[in-house]
Amino acid sequence: MNPRAATPVLLDWQGIREQFPILDQEVRPGVRLVYLDSAATSQKPEAVIEAMNRFYRKTNANIHRGVHHLAEEATAEYEQARMRVAAFIGAEQPQEIVFTRNTTESINLVMQTWGRANLHSGDTILLTVMEHHSNIVPWQMLASERGLQLEFVPVTEEGRLDLPSMERLLEEKRPALVAVTQMSNVLGTINPVEEIVRRAHQVGALVLVDGAQSVPHMAVNVRSLEADFLAFSGHKMCGPTGIGVLYGKRALLEAMPPFLGGGDMIRRVRLREFEANEVPHKFEAGTPAIAEAIGLKAAIDFLDGIGMDAIQSHEQEIAAYALDRLSEVPGLRVYGPPAAERGGVASFSMKSAHPHDIAQVLDRYGVAVRAGHHCAMPLHERYGLAATTRASFYLYNTRAEVDLLVEALGKVLELFA
Amino acid sequence: MDDLYRELILDHYKNPRMRGTLDPHDISYEDDNPLCGDHLRIDLRVDAQGRISEAAFSGEGCAISQASADLLTESIVGKSLEDVRKLGKEDILEMLGIELSPVRLKCALLSLKVLKAGAYGLAAAKDLD
Repeated sequence: MNPRAATPVLLDWQGIREQFPILDQEVRPGVRLVYLDSAATSQKPEAVIEAMNRFYRKTNANIHRGVHHLAEEATAEYEQARMRVAAFIGAEQPQEIVFTRNTTESINLVMQTWGRANLHSGDTILLTVMEHHSNIVPWQMLASERGLQLEFVPVTEEGRLDLPSMERLLEEKRPALVAVTQMSNVLGTINPVEEIVRRAHQVGALVLVDGAQSVPHMAVNVRSLEADFLAFSGHKMCGPTGIGVLYGKRALLEAMPPFLGGGDMIRRVRLREFEANEVPHKFEAGTPAIAEAIGLKAAIDFLDGIGMDAIQSHEQEIAAYALDRLSEVPGLRVYGPPAAERGGVASFSMKSAHPHDIAQVLDRYGVAVRAGHHCAMPLHERYGLAATTRASFYLYNTRAEVDLLVEALGKVLELFA
Repeated sequence: MDDLYRELILDHYKNPRMRGTLDPHDISYEDDNPLCGDHLRIDLRVDAQGRISEAAFSGEGCAISQASADLLTESIVGKSLEDVRKLGKEDILEMLGIELSPVRLKCALLSLKVLKAGAYGLAAAKDLD
């Protein structure tokens, strides 16, 4: 939890919620939507939708090369979006912000460029058992290709990283890279990334932080963390799909070879050779998701308008209430640490019903949750589970919605217990 | 309560008639749906005329997958392996009597996939994937 004391401000959470038009609907006659699946994707406020529509109505043009008015406007807006992202995560300069399609693409970019150029047979990459597949599979691919060793920090029964084990692995294996999630999309666990980066750097490892779940839900500052890379997605933070970010320290990005080849990432092309462009354009080939970048800027403006600390506070309160109420449901177990140490995610199992059936019954009452492995099969295997049901909260959720969730779970018990 | 969880499905899920394993058996095949953790094994005994004389299923999973397995194994006793070959998605849906989304359809069809794969090898079960 952010140590900065939050200035007590009475925020109009209901007013904030009303800015999300999609939440005001009935999923079937008389049944209102209770959206508890923000970890899968977040809903978008009117301001974000309007920013993208406005771009297409007034300013749309291709960027970086045009001389005409619209092209200059569009380019300015796109680059302003980049600067906004840099400011949001505390990056020193906008050149350290690469726009990608999503977190997955960001991580694959690092694997394919930094990874291939710097990792050699016998090198070790340290991951954790709680990682999302997007922060496991690319490293498996590289390991296969290059003969690398993959090691995993275990997860304790309470859902925390086994830090003594991590310490041992860092000392003994001397990994070249540590790739770790800042917040688990299953357990909600917030990992001590600043400390992990410090220790990793001491043994000579670089650190890639998966911020897909954390950046939308808490204040993240890459300079405080001293992370070498940070990856996150627009669509989980009230922004559109199709836009993601890779933050990388400038020196690292400068040294990395390009990712995709084509237009815009070049300075010059002859028949048989090319000169790559400067960072970050070197990593942005082809026409990017321009409207989406602008949508992301609007999302950041929206979130900052409320304040990330306030958002995290609100969410933790909802999560605490949820964990409390869920503990009343017989035969239900929530995985992960206590509410004070987690973000707004609650994945659980029930003795009497399978996740698919739970989610299906909940849907009947308008409650949208997710059932499955949540792209974290190794984590589920660690707990001996094939799947869990996951309720995830964001700034627009309320305690009343938690009550509806628990009421619907009561119906599950009625049917299956 | 609900279309999906009608009496029939809940009954066969909670009170399966055909749960168990056959020992000895003539055919036994198992498979799972790793995305959600439904796991099924079907054992068959086949008589000299190629008719299924006994069937049993074991495994764990959601109500749809397990009820489907119970109903299916119950329905095939006395049928020939040739009859089993002719079974398709429509038969399962008719048996369950409900409409299913693509995700839940996979749950319902797992039992048919396992049955056909066991009875005829993997080739016959391929078009159920």
